[in-house]
Amino acid sequence: MKQRAWLPFEVLVAWRFLREGRIQTLFIVVGIAIGVAVIIFMSALLNGLQANFVNRVLTGQAHIQVLASKERARAQGVEPESLEAATVQIPLQRVKGIDQWQSLVLQLQAMPEIKLVSPAVLGAALVTRGEASRSVSVVGMLPDLYFQIIALREKMVQGSPDISSETLLIGTELAADLGVVPGDPIRIATVSGTVLTLKLAGIFDLGNKGANSRNVFMAMRTAQSLFGLAGGASILDLTLHDIYAAERVAQQIQSHTGLQADSWIKTNEQFFTAVRAQTTANTAIRFFVALSVGFGIASVLVVSVVQRSREIGILRAMGVRRAQVMRVFLLQGGLLGLAGALVGALIGALAMVLWQRYMRNADGSIMFAMVMDSALFVQALALASLTGLLSALAPALRAARLDPVVAIRA
Amino acid sequence: MPEPHQAEPVLELHGIRKSFNVAADNEIEVLHGIDMRLYPGDFCAVVGPSGSGKSTLLNTVGLLDRPSSGSLRITGLETTQLSDAQRTHLRGHSIGFVFQYHHLLSAFSALENVMMPLYAAQGFMDATMRARATHLLDSVGMRPWLDAPANRLSGGQQQRVAVARALAMQPALILADEPTGNLDSKSADGVFALLRSVCQEHATAVLFVTHNPQLSARCDRTIEVIDGRLGQGLSV
Repeated sequence: MKQRAWLPFEVLVAWRFLREGRIQTLFIVVGIAIGVAVIIFMSALLNGLQANFVNRVLTGQAHIQVLASKERARAQGVEPESLEAATVQIPLQRVKGIDQWQSLVLQLQAMPEIKLVSPAVLGAALVTRGEASRSVSVVGMLPDLYFQIIALREKMVQGSPDISSETLLIGTELAADLGVVPGDPIRIATVSGTVLTLKLAGIFDLGNKGANSRNVFMAMRTAQSLFGLAGGASILDLTLHDIYAAERVAQQIQSHTGLQADSWIKTNEQFFTAVRAQTTANTAIRFFVALSVGFGIASVLVVSVVQRSREIGILRAMGVRRAQVMRVFLLQGGLLGLAGALVGALIGALAMVLWQRYMRNADGSIMFAMVMDSALFVQALALASLTGLLSALAPALRAARLDPVVAIRA
Repeated sequence: MPEPHQAEPVLELHGIRKSFNVAADNEIEVLHGIDMRLYPGDFCAVVGPSGSGKSTLLNTVGLLDRPSSGSLRITGLETTQLSDAQRTHLRGHSIGFVFQYHHLLSAFSALENVMMPLYAAQGFMDATMRARATHLLDSVGMRPWLDAPANRLSGGQQQRVAVARALAMQPALILADEPTGNLDSKSADGVFALLRSVCQEHATAVLFVTHNPQLSARCDRTIEVIDGRLGQGLSV
């Protein structure tokens, strides 16, 4: 006791009671530890999965795309009131430039949420080489800006990502279909009849077969010539500081400019539905694990109150207040929760390390990086301690309300 | 005729009654108007058959139970109207208990058990507390077992520690409920003598419940409880 003279009365008594009931304490601590480890590991797994998916999605996609508004059919020369049962045909959407896009870029760059704005021209074309031809989606961009959004430099497998007004980049699938290598000429034509012959600068692999056979990247100026959009931009790609603010910012842009603004959240809605389902499932699991941990602690302490009735009576007889007795049992709950959480955090961390080491893709690469977030551990510790305290409430009240006369006779 | 006391009584009971509800409309009175006084240094035996109300009297005097009516003063303070917290405080500071089955806290050493009332009252420990507990254990002959776990001590040793613990707060009154009832005659004699001497030394009043007529005969005076009343002809 001399060594622990600094400990308040309630803490030392709680600690000694727990230490004396060694086996009981050990079992419940292990039980709590398993619960906490499950929560930590599952949360890290889920966070890792989501982060991995978000990372994959966002290395090939802007956070927000601002496009010119779609063309709408308008009835001409007819009073709206006189229209009856009209069939409105949706007009064809041609490549259309955004009005005053340069000033819009300046406007967007001034918004604090926005990190980068990259203008581009987007359109459909046909590439041909000899007898082979393929329809493609052309992106004409400013490489210095665009490459900061789409990490194309890292995805090059042949040639160089540096493009001029006379070169272009294509994917591995399209290169194989056309039988071209960097340096070869490729003919590219639009439906309006514009034809350009450009040299292949490099071949990329976006990790998606469709994207590798469909996408063609060229300089913005070249695309402007190809689609007859001199000095224009048909799309603005945006990146944000906070990727999860994308939908809010997109709606803000849409309401301020009248243009169409699509966030990556909207374009990947299914993914977010899956994320929400996973998060709900994880929350439910956390809740039930916490509940079972809570009941475990409560049952151990209820037994402890019964076992220690006489000692509680003696303590009360020697002048220990009801509040002190209550604190002794509350602290036991808190200490059990904390001890279980500490052991559980260690088990959880170990499980994460083992997962990273042994759960690998067929090629030996890491399946995905798990997020070992210190906040997660702090949350788990706080949650378990709080659960311990709350679970101890009923037994502690029971202990505090014990009639000392009855308790001593017990 | 006993000599009139100069000091104020440590314990003063007037018309103390205690009833228990055994059913919704059935109340049993266990103590039927007890009057008694105890002065500093009094060593008083309480005798009587089982079920006569001795333990109820002790629990009431020890503020563990409330009387149904009457007046109960400890060191001059009327206790019947005190709140639970005030009674707990008074119990902790003015009354020491020695139980039949010694009732030490098994998770603590002998020294820690003696320090416990001081520790609980103060919240934290200090060197003075430790020195006082060591001195008390020394005075009851337990110096060699200061750090021994309570549950490793013999019955007699445990009761010695319990006596030292009862004295820890320097109480005005010690209530001993058959403290020798569970001991062999040699140990019982030892504990009795110990209580007697430390109480004389500290001028502490002692109410000593016993079934042992030899021990009660060695007390300053004896009160007999029969069916919840004090026996006739006994000076109280």
